[in-house]
This record gives sequence, C-alpha cells and structure tokens, in this order.
Amino acid sequence: MTHAPAPAWTAHPSRMPEPAAPVPEPKRKIKLGSVRAAIAVDKVFAATVLACAASILGILGLIVYELAVRSKLSVQEFGLKFFTGSHWDPVSGLFGAVPFIYGTLVSSFLAVLLAVPLAVGVAVFVTEVCPRSLRGAISFLVELLAAIPSVIYGLWAIFVLAPLLRDHVQPLLATYLGWTGLFSGPAYGLGMLAAGVILAIMIVPIICSITREVMLAVPQNQREAVLALGATRWEMVRMGVLRNARAGVLGAVILGLGRAIGETMAVTMVIGNRPEIAKSLFAPGYTMASVIANEFSEATDDLYLSALVEIGLALMIVTLIVNTCARLLVWSITRGTPARAHA
Amino acid sequence: MRSKDLKLSWFRRIANWMFVGLSATAAIAVLAPLLAIFGYLVYKGVGSINMDFLTHVPAPVGEPGGGMANAIVGSGMMLLLASAIGVPLGIGAGIYVSEYRRSRFAHLVRFIADVLNGVPSIVVGIAVYALIVLRQGHFSGFAGGMALGIMMIPTIARTTEEMLLMVPHSIREAALGLGIPQWRSTLAITLRTALPGVITGVMLAFARVAGETAPLLFTALGNQFWSRDLNQPMAALPLQIYTYAISPYDEWHRQAWAGALVLIVLIVIAVAVMRYVTSRGRMAGAH
Repeated sequence: MTHAPAPAWTAHPSRMPEPAAPVPEPKRKIKLGSVRAAIAVDKVFAATVLACAASILGILGLIVYELAVRSKLSVQEFGLKFFTGSHWDPVSGLFGAVPFIYGTLVSSFLAVLLAVPLAVGVAVFVTEVCPRSLRGAISFLVELLAAIPSVIYGLWAIFVLAPLLRDHVQPLLATYLGWTGLFSGPAYGLGMLAAGVILAIMIVPIICSITREVMLAVPQNQREAVLALGATRWEMVRMGVLRNARAGVLGAVILGLGRAIGETMAVTMVIGNRPEIAKSLFAPGYTMASVIANEFSEATDDLYLSALVEIGLALMIVTLIVNTCARLLVWSITRGTPARAHA
Repeated sequence: MRSKDLKLSWFRRIANWMFVGLSATAAIAVLAPLLAIFGYLVYKGVGSINMDFLTHVPAPVGEPGGGMANAIVGSGMMLLLASAIGVPLGIGAGIYVSEYRRSRFAHLVRFIADVLNGVPSIVVGIAVYALIVLRQGHFSGFAGGMALGIMMIPTIARTTEEMLLMVPHSIREAALGLGIPQWRSTLAITLRTALPGVITGVMLAFARVAGETAPLLFTALGNQFWSRDLNQPMAALPLQIYTYAISPYDEWHRQAWAGALVLIVLIVIAVAVMRYVTSRGRMAGAH
C-alpha cells in the first residue's frame, strides 16, 4: 500500500525533469486530543463487550458453583452410594438416585433409537432427494417442530399421544412382541414408552438440522465423482456423502441425546412419575429432570433439597460431557465451511 | 443417460427405489406429528379463547369461566425483564466474539456459549433458586425473569456473531479507512448493517424462553391472582398450561389448550419473521 505502482507515463524518466512538487496537504488540523479521546473510547468499548463475553463464562461458573455448594450436604452424607442406591424415600431421609438415572437413560436411548432413522432420513431427503422447490418448505416445518415449547408437547402427549398408544399401539406391541418382556403389563398409555416417543419427536429437529448441515459440508465434487463412477443415487449418498459425514452425524445424534437427557416438562407430564425400575416399557418411570421438577418446591428439609440439587449437578455434568463430545465431532466436519449456530 | 448395455442390476435398482421411498416416508413421518399438534391446538384452542380468557384471572376450582390474563401479563413482565438482561449482554458478547475473533478468549467464549445452550433449563432453574430465591427467602417474578434472561444470553450471542460475520469485511475496512474509530464503525456500520438479522435472532431467543416452563417452576412459582409485583410469586403462561394440563378438571384442560394456542401463535410469528429476514440476508449474498 505504501508504494503505488508507477503510472505508465513515468516509463521515460528522462522526459520528466522533476517529480511534481508534492501537493500541499489540505490544512486540516487533527487534534491530538480528539484522537486520544477516540482511542480511549475504543478501549472502553472493547472492555464493555469483553465484559459481556465474560458474563457468559461467569454464568456457567456461577451455575456450577451454586450447584456444588448446595449439594454438599448430600454428597457428604451419601457419597457414591447416592448413585448406587435404589431407594428414594424422603420421609426416612433415604436417597438413592438409581431409579431416576435408569429412567433418564432408558427414555433417552429409546428416543434416540426412534429419532435417528427418521431424522437422518429427513436430512437425506431434504439435501439429496427432494425437488429443490420443496427444500425450504420442509426444513422450515422441521424448524417449527423445534420451536414448539416443551409444555405444549406434554399437553399434546397427555391428551392425544397417550390415548393413541394405549388403545392402538400398546395392544399390538403386547401381542406380537410381548414375549420380549419389554412390552408387557397393563397399558396405561402414560409411561416410559410415551416418554420415549414424545422425546423422539422433540429431538428429531436438532438431529435433522445438524445432519443436514454436516451433509452440506461434504464437497459437491465428492457426489459428482461417485455418480460419474456409475453409482445410483443411494450408492452416491451412502459412499459419497454419509461415509464422509459420519463423524458429524454421530455428533448430531449425541447432541440429540444431550437434549433428551435434559428435557423436563414433556417427560414429566407423561412418564408416570414413579421411582421404580421395571423392565416393561409400558410401566411408569421417573427421570432425573422430572424428579427435580416435581419435588423441588416441596422439599422441606435441607438433606432432601441437597439430594435434589445433587441430581441436578449430575444431570448438568452428564449433559456437559455429552454436548462437548458432540460439538467436537460436528466441528471436525463443518470446520472450514461457514457455521450456523443451532439454537 | 444410460444406454441399455449398462443395465443396473435389479438389486441396485431396488435398493435405490427403497432409499428414495424410505427417505420420503421419514419426511412424512416427521411432519405428521407437527400437523397433528397444530391441528389439535387449533381444534381444541379456538373454541376456548374468548374475551374472558384474555381478560380474567383464573376462576376458583369448579366454577366455570375465568381466564389466564394474569399469566399473560406475568409472562410479559418476566420476558421484559429477561430481555433487559439477555439482549444487551448477548449482543455485546456476540460483538466481542465476532469483531475480536482473533483472540483465544473469543474461541473459549464461543465454546462456552454452546455449552451453556445445552445446559438443561431445569438446571438453570435450580441455580437461580439457590442464587436468588434462597437468599431472598421467597419466590419471585424477578427470579423467574433472571432465569429466562440467563437462557437468552448464549442464544443471542451466537446469532449476533453469525449475523455480524455476514457483513462483508470490506465495509469494516472502508469505515476504518475513513478514520472512524473502531467502536463507531462496529456500532454504526457493522451492527447497523446486520441489525435485521440481530433483531430476529433476539426474537428467536425470546420465542424460545417464552415457552420455557422448567426454569420458572421454582423461581416464579406461579399463582392464581393478579400479580404485578416482581418481588412476589408470579404467574406465567407456560406454568399455567402445565398446572392446568396435569389437573383433573375438564374446564382447566380446555383452558390449557387455549393457553397453548395463544403461546404457539406468538412463537410461530417470531420464528416465521426470523426465517424470512435471514433468508433475505442470504439471498442478498452478503459476502
């Protein structure tokens, strides 16, 4: 920038006796004071936005700190037994979190099992199969699914999904798959199965949108190369796209799992809320998030409250680990392409 | 075009058709619940919304009538408070992460914002309970607003960053080249250019927390009366829907559907606007 290329007419320096006298600078006084002021304001501005950014770290730190402090009583009282005991009896001061951990794991994995084929299917459909004109519409509708509040899913699940499961789905499952032991016992509608299904519906959008993004990050010439070798569309998707994007798809699935683990309201409304471990998916269960939602404001003594906070702390640590793994996997694929935050 | 000599084996042909069919089925299977939920909301909700619903407080159990006016107002107040906390902090953090993106700290903040986005909302509720409710000694709308505000910050920060990055770099350089100091260039040029996107990001975050129930359960708690005091327990629309949905009364179920319809209409409007504006930004090819 300092030396502009010489114009063509200076090619014959002999004809140019003297370099033109420098054009006098327009007389404009730059006040040093105002420059200093501007720099000072700049610094204040940088510090302000830095403080805003730091607040995000502060909030996370504060959440972790508060949970750690408030759960100390329970941690000291029960230690590791908290996570191995299966009796939850607030009246006699006995707290074991196993039924909740079991409920959270089973309902989340059930949800992932149901949601992944659907979500990946939709992502493939939108990016590779469907006509271009439908793309926007379908992805808009899937995003809309993500915008529905949890409590509305719960409302719908209580009054529509649970009766549907009770009257039509559960009898069928009991007849044909009852021998597995997973689908036996009285069909209430409400229970582990309903929780898994509603969770599946809720996590489809996040898995779908991230899978789509990861698939879009696969270079177009990969697809063209595979097609040029004579592959069908399915083979192109399988070999050219999914194989390249698999780490990211896995990340999307894990992110969905994280969402399912932390989901509270819809699950609380349909899972039945009974701290028992039953093999049958028809039976009611309880999750870590829903026990907090149900019992927190009723917990009167300190130990009870502390036990609930400890469940919250465990929930948070698990989701932190799960989300971090997922983000790293997704990032490993989309790195280099402009990222879109997924709200 | 394939010539006849290059016939596909029947197996590959069938596999391909199955693939197309299955992916289309998946799309239908995912959109079906969406339609079912919206259909039910409208079907059940429209009949129950009337002036009473929008202007009255809940009637005592067993009495017909009553509405959710207190919950609508309560939600509004807490969301205002949440926005007052979440919007400036979120936008500020977004500016930092986008405009000072070289720094190592910006990477960390971006990562932590993603992490915070993934923290279950009920955990935020517990933290705010411990932080405010326990210290104050009572539930309050203020605590509810804080919880919602905390949840808004990371979302707004991330969308703001994204929108600012869509502003061409040359505009920033032009501003700086004119001798405009960094802060003015950022606020008056970059942020201004990205403003539609930033605003819709804010609306999206707003819509998300507007439907949150879990963080309000033991911060705002909810009540059945008029409450305009942020220092007292306060009703909120999602809380009220929850309470009514798990109650055994038909009248309350009806009102839960009406409340859900009101809530979803507000949210869908916000999301649709956001979608419209961001797609326009993309089409303008800001790069």
